[in-house]
Amino acid sequence: MNVLSQTSAAEHSLEEGARGAKAPHVHLKGVTRIYPAVANNPEVHALASTDLDLPQGSFFSLIGPSGCGKSTLLDIVAGLASPTEGTVMFEGKRIEGRPPEGVGVVFQEDSSFPWLTVWNNVAFGLRRKRIDKAEMAKRVDAILAFTGLSDFAQAYPAQLSGGMRQRVCIARTLVLQPRLILLDEPFGALDQQTRLLMGDELLRIWRETGATIMMITHSLDEAAMLADHVGVMSARPGKFIEIIETGWPRDRTSEIVSEARFGSITAHMWSLLREESQKAMKAR
Amino acid sequence: MSKAGWIRLVIVIAFFGALEIMCRIGWIDRLTMIPPTEMAEALWSMLLAGSITEDVLYSLRNTVAAVALSVLAGFVCGVIVHALPRLRRILDPLFASYYAVPVFVFYPLLVVIFGINATPLILIGAMFGIVAMLISTLTGLDRVPRVMFKSARMFQLDPLRSALLIKLPSAAPHLITGVKLAVVYSVIAVVAGEFILSSKGIGHRIAYAYNDFDSRTMYGLLLLLLTAVTVVTMSLHMWEHRLHSRWAKQ
Amino acid sequence: MMKHRAIDYVLLVVGLLVVWQICHELVGEYALTSPLATFAYAAKELGDAHFWNNAGASALALLYALIIAMVGGLAIGLALGLNRLAGDVADPMLITLFSVPKVTLYPVILLVFGLGLSAKVAFGALHGIFPVAIFTLNGIRKINPIYVKASRSLNLSRSRTIFTVLLPAALPEIVSGLRVGFAATILGTLIGEMFAATEGLGFMLIKAIDENNVELLMSLTLFLFLVAATANGILLAIDHRLHRRSAAAA
Repeated sequence: MNVLSQTSAAEHSLEEGARGAKAPHVHLKGVTRIYPAVANNPEVHALASTDLDLPQGSFFSLIGPSGCGKSTLLDIVAGLASPTEGTVMFEGKRIEGRPPEGVGVVFQEDSSFPWLTVWNNVAFGLRRKRIDKAEMAKRVDAILAFTGLSDFAQAYPAQLSGGMRQRVCIARTLVLQPRLILLDEPFGALDQQTRLLMGDELLRIWRETGATIMMITHSLDEAAMLADHVGVMSARPGKFIEIIETGWPRDRTSEIVSEARFGSITAHMWSLLREESQKAMKAR
Repeated sequence: MSKAGWIRLVIVIAFFGALEIMCRIGWIDRLTMIPPTEMAEALWSMLLAGSITEDVLYSLRNTVAAVALSVLAGFVCGVIVHALPRLRRILDPLFASYYAVPVFVFYPLLVVIFGINATPLILIGAMFGIVAMLISTLTGLDRVPRVMFKSARMFQLDPLRSALLIKLPSAAPHLITGVKLAVVYSVIAVVAGEFILSSKGIGHRIAYAYNDFDSRTMYGLLLLLLTAVTVVTMSLHMWEHRLHSRWAKQ
Repeated sequence: MMKHRAIDYVLLVVGLLVVWQICHELVGEYALTSPLATFAYAAKELGDAHFWNNAGASALALLYALIIAMVGGLAIGLALGLNRLAGDVADPMLITLFSVPKVTLYPVILLVFGLGLSAKVAFGALHGIFPVAIFTLNGIRKINPIYVKASRSLNLSRSRTIFTVLLPAALPEIVSGLRVGFAATILGTLIGEMFAATEGLGFMLIKAIDENNVELLMSLTLFLFLVAATANGILLAIDHRLHRRSAAAA
């Protein structure tokens, strides 16, 4: 699977060893975000001072009431927004409000380009790099096969279902071999069954690419099933109330939802979130 | 063809059939209108004889130039106005009322400045078409989903690339709408200009034939003009429809 | 908020006056009178009974044309919108008729209606009826089917469904159509007067063109633009309010 990732999980850990095993892949220190007052709207304190360390190759889920600053946090890590205070480090380098190399994002909204075929959607990012045609074709074809899109290479997004279009967005991100994948409620618009299947898919991608994943979700089940660690956030200004360790094996699938432990994890998450969600609802 | 398409065809044939019969049996007198078949026949013989070629080409060239000018200028101005929300708020009332006034009354002023030649016609056509294109460009840029801008940033595109590779195609269906409207308005202004003051062109020939009670020439030319405009706008309309449904992704 | 709007209007007016003055300086008195001279001339015209006679004739023609366009357009749009197939059949046909450059039809209108009021009214209505019909048709067709289901579950009769559910639900679209139709009707009536009448502001325009009376031409255009912009501004405000309300409910 070297086509997928220049540095497979094994190679990565070697690299880690050389660099010093302790250095986290993503490191947030005192990250705060305040949206200044505009016209009649008062300033919004979206994110309270937040610290977070994500180890190389881990899977982290963010969950919290709506408007708690989850997306703000993700935008900051993606380099799409700058923190008001604090620092964000990716692979030991500061992210200064512009997207760093090696970070890929999948958005909740369908961001596939309707004017391009699936193949060209996936090739879009590669065309901006100086890669020869044959190599590019090889990488696009490999990703399409990996995400189960080979049969739809020449289709336009409008001809696909919502789930398949989200796959196109994932493939478009994966082809650039990101070492950190950020997902902002990627399956929010899909039905529950499709979500579970896409979750399995995501676990497979995570295992085979060795990338670090940070994912926002609204679904307690999705967070509990997919992640190694679930960060539960408070109502605005958002901060972590607790970071829950799920303790699942690396080769898990959606079938773990039948385990008793799964139930107790989601129950615990809900007990933390219930009051916060009520606060957020009234704040509307 | 779809069921609706067949019904449309039947309606159009029935319409022209009824017109033909009414003209033939004298319900519509020959001075008012000649039967559609005679219009077509008149047009055909004029085309064969080449007696209208020069005027048709003259109008066509002017219209194409006017459309090209209004589309290009309308698009550029649209992009600029879109980037300046304050300016846009100020200009909004102007855009909203623009088409209630026959701007082509300024045609004679342009004739005074440029003389009786193609330039005033092209300019007046462009002046009438430009605002339609500008408004469509604004609408198109407004409707670009925010996530597209985020994607452009994630792909680390510079502003020019982001405009050409993301914004432009994303707004494309609305831009086609703008082109379609620019065609319609430019034709109106160019032909009306030729009616008012011109020594050449289809509009001039129609007005001339009308004053001369030459209904064969007049209806032949009307048929040509209306068919040409209908074919162009319908093609653009179908293209626009296809893009809209593809872009909507549902 | 209100203060901002007022400032925007002032800026627009000042901006237009400056552009006008600059154009005047560039092309000279013969082609384009200055704003000041135009206002002076317009003031003189406004005190003239001749002007008001013509304005009255235009207003009357516009009123008739508006009634025909609005009532006719609403009826056509509603009738076609209630039946899916009829809507599918009619939609592209209406759009084609909308985009036909109707100015070219002036000889036909003249031949059918003769010179005078009916010809101008026909011209105005012909321009205005299609946008009203198209917007109404699309407004009815775009109604969320859940409203129709709800009215059926409440056992409403067909006419009650139309008047208490369908028309109110489509109201924002219909008002947009009335606004666009209003502008088109003004344009159509003026064109009709230019080419097919012996009185009215359009007739004054074409006479001013013939006599090369630039001052009169500019004064008339200014007057027409102000009237059209004011009426359009009022309709636009209603339009925005309705659209905001229905967007908030969705």
